[in-house]
Amino acid sequence: MFRIDFNKLRFLVCDDNPHMRRILRTLLHSFGAREVYEAEDGATALEMYSHYVPDIVIADWAMPIFDGLELAQMIRQPDSKGNPYAPIIMLTGHSEKRRITMARDAGVTEFLAKPISAKGLYLRIMSVVAHPRPFIKTKNYFGPDRRRNTTVAYIGPERRNGGEAEVLQQPSLLDKARVTG
Amino acid sequence: MAKNKAPAPPKVQAFADHQVITPPNTLKHAIRRVIDRELDDPVARAEQALANLSGEFKTWMRSECDRLAAAHAAILKKGFNPQTRGELFRAAHDIKGDASTFGFPAAGVAAESLCRILEHAPDLAVVPPDLIQHHIDAIQAIVREHNTIEKAGVANELSARLRTVADDYLTVVNRDRPDHLEMISAPSIVPKE
Repeated sequence: MFRIDFNKLRFLVCDDNPHMRRILRTLLHSFGAREVYEAEDGATALEMYSHYVPDIVIADWAMPIFDGLELAQMIRQPDSKGNPYAPIIMLTGHSEKRRITMARDAGVTEFLAKPISAKGLYLRIMSVVAHPRPFIKTKNYFGPDRRRNTTVAYIGPERRNGGEAEVLQQPSLLDKARVTG
Repeated sequence: MAKNKAPAPPKVQAFADHQVITPPNTLKHAIRRVIDRELDDPVARAEQALANLSGEFKTWMRSECDRLAAAHAAILKKGFNPQTRGELFRAAHDIKGDASTFGFPAAGVAAESLCRILEHAPDLAVVPPDLIQHHIDAIQAIVREHNTIEKAGVANELSARLRTVADDYLTVVNRDRPDHLEMISAPSIVPKE
């Protein structure tokens, strides 16, 4: 059985709503985290990301200046001087399938639909810490491997060429998002 | 307070049209094996901390309602523009996401219905003002009269009725956009309570 030592992890929480930031801070401190930095918009979050070098980013989608999706895209710049690989957990009130696809394609690592629960947040953090996925770089994508299962029948235009598919068997991001508790 | 120690370079495998990059796992130092009998339960601890915070939820919900009302007042005064629409959407969207956590699930349903109108109506300028006004009034009433109407089941009925009316409206105004209509008719990924 494994546990996470939260006191060894540094978090950046990005949410424009002060009440949700308070809830996230309370949950993370209760898990044992000591270093929790907070930003109320995407621009501040990006600045704090460079300055504090967090281990894990938890971001809302809807924020002023630029939103959580744009924040993920800015972090996932393969040639940036900062760390483009930090896990990003998107915590959002958006709950439509197309939103999950958009988040996945922006390089988001995990998706957690509100209402938030302690268990849901803990499981997402456990997932990114204990089961990190390799990154894929193509001409139009850079981010965590989006393959979660092997489908030999897939013949879509974005199928990768060359090399055997090495797939971490995990539930799809959509299936995981459906489990909130 | 940036970290000083530079991580090892990632391992890169190049293929015909993509690279597979395996960054060093800089978080593995935080994983610890524990015996099954360990009593500490971080999730239970966090749930308790959230319960301790719950005394503030009603105040928070009221302030969310005030923000919603202010955003709506700005639209009544200035009309819809990207800024006023964005502020009303974010206020409603926050209530949609937070209301269940704060103990006002019916307000969350009404707020979601309002979000759908703001997101999927092709032209907000022609949305009947009463449709938006009724959503704002309902959310405020559900929060204000929480102890009476929530218990009586009126809050759930009110939210469900608003959602029906909003969906009927969206179906009509999107009738020429079948792809869009299919998208907005897709079920939510959030399981029912």
